[in-house]
Amino acid sequence: MDRTSYRELRFTPRFWGLVVILGAFVAAAGGIVLYVEHYGHIVTGMNNQIVWGVPHVFAIFLIVAASGALNISSIGTVFGKKDYKPVGRLSNLLAVALLIGGLAVLVLDLGRPDRLVMAMYTYNFTSIFAWNILLYSGFIGIVALYLYTQMARGVPEIAQKSAGMLAFVWRLALTTGTGSIFGWLVARQAYDAAIMAPLFIAMSFSFGMAVFMLVMFMTTGISTRQFPVALRTRQARLLGIFVAVVLYFTAVQHLSAIYVAEHAGVERFILLEGGIYTLLFWGGQVLIGGIIPMIILFSKQAATSGRLVGLAAGMIVLGGFAQLYVIIIGGQAYPLEIFPGFEVSSSFSDGVINAYTPTMLEFGLGIGGVALALLLALGGMKILRIMPDNATE
Amino acid sequence: MKNLLTSLLAVLALAIAPAHAQELFPSIPKALGEPHPEGNEYWRINHPALLAHDRDLVVLEGIRDVDASLVGCVVCHAVNGPDQGPVPMPVDAGSPDNSCQVCHQFVAIEIGCFVCHASVPSKEDVAMILPQYSADDEGWRDYMEDLAALQEAPQ
Amino acid sequence: MTSPLHKEKGAELSRRDILKSGAALATVTLAPGVTLMAFGGKKAAAGEDMPADGLKPGARWGLLIDAAKCPEDCSACVSACSAELGWENNGLETDPQWIRKVTLRDKETGRTNSLPVMCQHCESPPCVDVCPTGASFKREDGIVLVNRHTCIGCRYCMMACPFKARSFVFAPVSDQKSIAPRGIGTVEGCTLCVHKIDRGDGTTACVEACTATGNNAMMFGDLNDPESEIAIAVATYASVELRADLGLNLGVRYQNI
Ligand code: SF4
Ligand code: SF4
Repeated sequence: MDRTSYRELRFTPRFWGLVVILGAFVAAAGGIVLYVEHYGHIVTGMNNQIVWGVPHVFAIFLIVAASGALNISSIGTVFGKKDYKPVGRLSNLLAVALLIGGLAVLVLDLGRPDRLVMAMYTYNFTSIFAWNILLYSGFIGIVALYLYTQMARGVPEIAQKSAGMLAFVWRLALTTGTGSIFGWLVARQAYDAAIMAPLFIAMSFSFGMAVFMLVMFMTTGISTRQFPVALRTRQARLLGIFVAVVLYFTAVQHLSAIYVAEHAGVERFILLEGGIYTLLFWGGQVLIGGIIPMIILFSKQAATSGRLVGLAAGMIVLGGFAQLYVIIIGGQAYPLEIFPGFEVSSSFSDGVINAYTPTMLEFGLGIGGVALALLLALGGMKILRIMPDNATE
Repeated sequence: MKNLLTSLLAVLALAIAPAHAQELFPSIPKALGEPHPEGNEYWRINHPALLAHDRDLVVLEGIRDVDASLVGCVVCHAVNGPDQGPVPMPVDAGSPDNSCQVCHQFVAIEIGCFVCHASVPSKEDVAMILPQYSADDEGWRDYMEDLAALQEAPQ
Repeated sequence: MTSPLHKEKGAELSRRDILKSGAALATVTLAPGVTLMAFGGKKAAAGEDMPADGLKPGARWGLLIDAAKCPEDCSACVSACSAELGWENNGLETDPQWIRKVTLRDKETGRTNSLPVMCQHCESPPCVDVCPTGASFKREDGIVLVNRHTCIGCRYCMMACPFKARSFVFAPVSDQKSIAPRGIGTVEGCTLCVHKIDRGDGTTACVEACTATGNNAMMFGDLNDPESEIAIAVATYASVELRADLGLNLGVRYQNI
């Protein structure tokens, strides 16, 4: 039996301080949404060639991280690892919070967010986007149920296990669905690859674990709770493996694409000649988000230094943003091949690398989504018994 | 549905209000063209559903000969504006005098139509809906004069 | 099967059907896309042989474009489209472009070529497959349109379209044409002059303009009607579709690229 006792967070000045800061970011994002809705997307950096900008990078990061954050709970219940059990509730709460944060950004970046209800009753079942709406709402429901089985008294172990199993399977479907948003864009040379779905699953494991650990550090920083060293060390090692898996799939993604003639151009663009995208790929995704944190996490010092682990998790998150920026925006920046074998030019950016300069508005909206997710997580920890009280050694 | 209920309430209120309370309610500008055979009350209540239904016929099935067309509303229910320059124009949906806005502001319901549709007709629109006006400057002048006369006429 | 449209009419608007005015129109759906129409009042009095209102079932409207006849410096089709449908491109990245002239240069031989590109009205349109609300849709006669009443502006269709045929409306618009309403936050593209087709003009603004220049590089017609000029032309001369590898079966075909 799980003998951990759980308690709500207490109000402390630090708690309030964090709430105020996060609230300010959420409010700023709200203002941005109204501003953009009034003047149109013209005030953002997006244009007719780069139609999905920085908000999509944030939204998809949060959605991918959401399903990954659930892993901690799955490891505890489904795979029966005791160390992970006490933080299972937080894992579930965080998964829902991150998903809501991500969806909020996605929805508020629509051209007509006011028409969202429309999307509910005019439904196109061939659209992977529409399927994702089902996957997302199902995810929130199932994880809430899972959380309930963890928190309610007298729920038989088997119920918790089955809920955990269901949530685990659902999250794999959800990430596959998110990856498929890109994988199904057959016309775009950068996305037309079956590897997208497993790549996104690997990314979700890594980003979700990194975000979870950062939230653990954040929560222990504003309360008297502790991040058990044994758990931290286990998670750090697992995170290192996840990062390695992402690097592996990234390598497969690019190596296999290089050998497909029609993808050679876009590969050369991302890997060698893409300017900011090449920089973000090698510097951001591979170095900061991959190799350096991997070295840190596999080092001996990682077992003793929480700071180092926190640093590595932070770098993985940054690298994750870089990776999604390269995938989402880099993939659009490379011109569509409409006339293979021809050099093309037109007044509508045919045959040229499409320019995109994101504005503060787009970053503000994205950061607002992150802040919203954290705020929801904090609120959840305040009103529900999420955090273990004696999660010390 | 919400729109329908609100307009229903508004119309009911108009109908049962005592005479001296008349000025509480907006005075709806008169319109050109043939009156609606179904009667004004019917259209006041049902115009959102009628427009939504017929727009789907037009957009999805290409059936363009429909009863409820927004161009029709905009042409017949135009309100002449304060003369701006040499060519007089009806007021657009940004003005509180606009026929649609008179009621919509009263019941506090935003009009979504004019985000995409023009709220002021073109010469061609006028000639199409009301063939007595030609699609040229002369037709337009006649149309605007008739609009002006309509609004000066006693209610 | 009745379409939801007609169900709605039956369920909610029965009173209106009873009170229908003289010019009203009753429609009966026999099968998807096959609509029986009965005109009342004035229309019926005018005779039985009135052209049926609504789209032509079984048609497949398309264009045939001969790149050899299209001079590089001509953009009559683009200007005509802009004037007819009321969009304007002033060279900004955020400006709409429903049809554009593309100049091609063969990398091997250096031969240059010029042709207009617009929505190809795909038979299996990726933009329709991905649209979450079904706003991006294909009419029974093959014309692919955006129903701006249901478009939420997610821009997934723009990501999916292989031909950059769509634009997003980045800022508020006013003075739209009544035949082509357009507004902020939604996606738009070539309509194949659906308003002209429904009116029975039998041509599009771009084709009219092209013919008027004397270049005669564009032809419009029903690809499914074996008697039509365009069907005979594609049956006689070699023509290609863009990105044929995607297997989308486009309604626009090109010659002499
Ligand atoms: S060309 Fe593009 S917009 Fe047109 S039907 Fe095909 S995919 Fe859709
Ligand atoms: S932008 Fe509009 S038409 Fe395009 S996919 Fe989204 S909802 Fe559909």
